[in-house]
Amino acid sequence: MSSQAITDASGAPLAPQSAPDLPDTEPTTTPPRPKHRSVTKTRWYIVVGFMSPFIIGFALFVLYPVVMVFYYSFTNFKQGSLLPVHFVGFQNYVTLLTGSASQTFLISIKNTLWMVVVLVPAETIWAILTATLINSFKRSAKVYRTILFLPAMAPVVAGTLSWIIMMNPAGPVNQFLARIGIHGPLWFGDPNWTKPTLVMMTLWMIGNMMVIFSAALLDVPRSLYEAAEMDGAGVIQRFFSVTLPSITPVIFFAVVTEVIYTFQYFTQAYVVSTAGHANLQSSTLLGYPQNSLFFYTTGIYQQGFNFFKTNTASAMAVLMFIVIFLITLVFIRGSRNIIYYEGSA
Amino acid sequence: MSLPHDAPKGTSLTDATFRQLTRGTAYQLATANETPLDQMTRKPTVRRILMGVADHAVAIVLSVAVLLPFAIVFLTAFMTQAQSGTSNLWPSPWIWTNFRDALKAFPLWHNLANTVIYAAVGSLGIMISSIFTAYGLSRLKWRIRDWVFVVVLAAMMIPPQVTTLPLYVLYAKLHMTGTLWPLILPNLFFDAYSVFLLRQFFFTVPTEMTEAARLDGAGEMGILFRVIVPLTKPGIAAIGLFSFMYNWNDFYTPLVYSGQSTAAQTLSVGLSLMATSQHQQAYQMQMAASLMFLVPVIIIFFLAQKVFVEGISITGVKG
Repeated sequence: MSSQAITDASGAPLAPQSAPDLPDTEPTTTPPRPKHRSVTKTRWYIVVGFMSPFIIGFALFVLYPVVMVFYYSFTNFKQGSLLPVHFVGFQNYVTLLTGSASQTFLISIKNTLWMVVVLVPAETIWAILTATLINSFKRSAKVYRTILFLPAMAPVVAGTLSWIIMMNPAGPVNQFLARIGIHGPLWFGDPNWTKPTLVMMTLWMIGNMMVIFSAALLDVPRSLYEAAEMDGAGVIQRFFSVTLPSITPVIFFAVVTEVIYTFQYFTQAYVVSTAGHANLQSSTLLGYPQNSLFFYTTGIYQQGFNFFKTNTASAMAVLMFIVIFLITLVFIRGSRNIIYYEGSA
Repeated sequence: MSLPHDAPKGTSLTDATFRQLTRGTAYQLATANETPLDQMTRKPTVRRILMGVADHAVAIVLSVAVLLPFAIVFLTAFMTQAQSGTSNLWPSPWIWTNFRDALKAFPLWHNLANTVIYAAVGSLGIMISSIFTAYGLSRLKWRIRDWVFVVVLAAMMIPPQVTTLPLYVLYAKLHMTGTLWPLILPNLFFDAYSVFLLRQFFFTVPTEMTEAARLDGAGEMGILFRVIVPLTKPGIAAIGLFSFMYNWNDFYTPLVYSGQSTAAQTLSVGLSLMATSQHQQAYQMQMAASLMFLVPVIIIFFLAQKVFVEGISITGVKG
């Protein structure tokens, strides 16, 4: 995550203890370094030499495309078109709201916000619950962790196809529901159910969040629990008054990461929408059924790589870039006030 | 548990989070064989035993549900077309021809070769380029170093949807669309996530050791390859494995850059095309191909589970 603060932690080692055979000198991060250490700057050509892969890679694959996407968004440039390129001001942005793409544009924003509002809290709560469950075991913790983490490693396309089979109207899940007297919905076939089904599938895929919370929960100082128990706090009260405040930094970190990744949600929706339809152009299928899975990224892909309207797609990409940039800023700012630090209060 | 070094003033969330995450890992490793909290603070009672049984019941039900999609991939791959997609989970009869049929109808070997090249060459490139960049950002001393590191972190936030649009135009001009170059090239120079992770690993090597090597007359390359690299092999392996898995599973970039040609399609793209071909209802063929796609990553995961879990606990960024 982007913050200068990580830079400050530059000396903080992953393992708390330093090498045992070294004399116990002062910590490496203390600003005034002992004189025998070389504090002279590295010669510039050595720095440039070591950093040259980064310099080339960053200029070519990060800086160049970001600058160009802003540029394209203010021109009439279309990939493959031979027309002369000229500036059109904010016309591409106006087109998003009034032109032929405006309908799906607004739907895509609505669908993406729906996912952010539902998926992000669901993921966070799910990750905390599963992490708590796993941490309650001693010997079997590793086995359960492996199982619950496994889907995060599976290729997204393969996992999604498997869910399509599992949730198909005549498939095993609906058969099971019928047996216990529930008439199962069409899941990926019903526009009202596509996003909830996608949320369930995504929960299945996010084992890495569970691993993060599992580590964070183990790090809550035991003394706090012992104190709370002596004060007569029950299990639930301990969770809300000890556990939650202690892991707020991790929750904050997880929520911001999840928001950014939900804005980029693409593959699962693409596969669900296009699968099962033979010999149709994928551009007409995107968002199927009834545009219920038409997300913001779907729109960028359709405009940019189905219709080759690079200018329109760039305008959308610029807006996405700005939103994610603002979220990152809020993240850095907000982090200073909201969270709990061990020993701060 | 407290770190030997107190956080500098003006500390902010990411710092605290990072420390918490890293300490979490260290703590988890250190206490892996100790008694969990609940059993320390509570005396064994009937109620506690019942709670334990309930916990296991929930965990087992959950595990079965989580494994169900994997079971469907495996079992459907051996079903007949008539049986696939129905509510019958167990194949009867078991047939082995789906693999042959899928390989005959679709260029899966070609897709597999592309995927292997993308994942292997890409992760190798990331490992080599990240070693130099991470060293430059952790052990060399230069003025705007820490600002450059912030730039690296910011680069992690840029969505592929933004960068692929202009890069596609560039690759099209260079006649590189439909080849593997657009996938591999960026990996040879810079991967923000790997640089970030590896830099953290490099900081675990005490400065005393590198300074001692420097006093002995070692150059920067000598320090990097004789001191740092041998001590941070697990970290280098971690970024290699993460990148391999990421590239293996990647969908968006191969989809965009392969264009309509099969020449550069990876398994992800090939598999999604199976589901939109005239064989769209041939679930058994899709699952046979999915199984081929799934098995290598699962094997890698089981062999190197510890690396993945620790790497994710440290950053938790890559999904």
